[in-house]
Amino acid sequence: MEAYLGLFVRAVFVENLALAFFLGMCTFLAISNKIETAIGLGVAVVVVQIITVPVNNLIFHYLLSEGALTWAGLPEIDLSFLGLITYIGVIAAMVQILEMTLDRHFPALYNALGIFLPLITVNCAILGGSLFMVERDYTFGESVVYGLGSGFGWALAITALAGLREKLKYSDVPDGLQGLGITFITVGLMSLGFMAFSGIQL
Amino acid sequence: MAGPTVKVLVDPLVNNNPITLQILGICSALAVTTTLKASALMCLALTAVLILASGAISMIRNHIPSNIRIIVQMTIIASLVIVTDQFLKTFAAETSKQLSVFVGLIITNCIVLGRAEAFAMKNPVGLSVLDGLGNAMGYSLILIVIATLRELLGSGTLFGYQVLPLITAGGWFTPIGIMLLPPSAFFIIGLLIWALRTWKTEQVEKPQYQIHQVHRTELI
Repeated sequence: MEAYLGLFVRAVFVENLALAFFLGMCTFLAISNKIETAIGLGVAVVVVQIITVPVNNLIFHYLLSEGALTWAGLPEIDLSFLGLITYIGVIAAMVQILEMTLDRHFPALYNALGIFLPLITVNCAILGGSLFMVERDYTFGESVVYGLGSGFGWALAITALAGLREKLKYSDVPDGLQGLGITFITVGLMSLGFMAFSGIQL
Repeated sequence: MAGPTVKVLVDPLVNNNPITLQILGICSALAVTTTLKASALMCLALTAVLILASGAISMIRNHIPSNIRIIVQMTIIASLVIVTDQFLKTFAAETSKQLSVFVGLIITNCIVLGRAEAFAMKNPVGLSVLDGLGNAMGYSLILIVIATLRELLGSGTLFGYQVLPLITAGGWFTPIGIMLLPPSAFFIIGLLIWALRTWKTEQVEKPQYQIHQVHRTELI
């Protein structure tokens, strides 16, 4: 249990996908003008991350990794080179299924998240989460926690940035720094703040 | 060469740079730039994928039904990235380990999908390939500039060769540790954008909120 908690805290603060690994930067910078949209996108990322990381974990362990096909009587086959295309396929399919399920059963949630879901397929934070899971060889339990933690960390970062930018638009910024430039500097300072967590060990 | 051809190739370098203006492909630009060698390899990988993807997608653009075009584009890009990844693992194993997941993340690098969607779907093969090359060069330009600054100031080396003699080795240069950490990448890009927009003033974004100029006469 403690190990899972430690992994969660590390995924949220120390190894924050957005601020320490620069993942999902394009959406992170483009959709952080308003707090409400940022929260919507953040929630969508958490939901998709919780589903895709464990699913990709199962696929990796039972279909793709070396010797994974032993149960099918094919112990010598190593399909790990197919990883990338499989993960992105799973992500795209999951997003599509999630969109249809929400549309059918939870129309209110669908209307709130609707426009963000397709964007998530090409969000590198999602694919990055799956790739880190493979690279660090997480077990199934760990991958659930990691998916939750990394998604939550990303949501936290984008919400915080949106809050800052809402205030920032009233400030007198030099012409050349207006917009994108000052956003980068702000994110840099946030990332500096998050580095203070790097010593935490649970 | 005709006018538009040159424009398609040169425009993305400064006037319409994918990183500083279109906000595309920033993830990898920040993550791999701690050493020049890794960045150079990343640029080569992206250039190869972008040119081939633009060419391939443009070639079949009239046959792709528009409602499944994203999936078709993704499949093409993912296959190209797998080939690139395997190639790098074989011929540049050391650096490829350093790039870790970021070669795989070229799939979701918005430059590739963005250019496929915005340009290759509407233009003939030749122009699309040039557009791919141009955008890849614009991306590489920024990456190399950032990587040069970070490696030189962070560890006093370029491509692994000692350029500035370190103080620990009897020289005069104290390496600036923060240059190797994530925040510095954000600052450098921010400052780079500032410099670029001071030079090319038409790229300056309009402020969302106009600060009201108070004149002395209004107060009375």
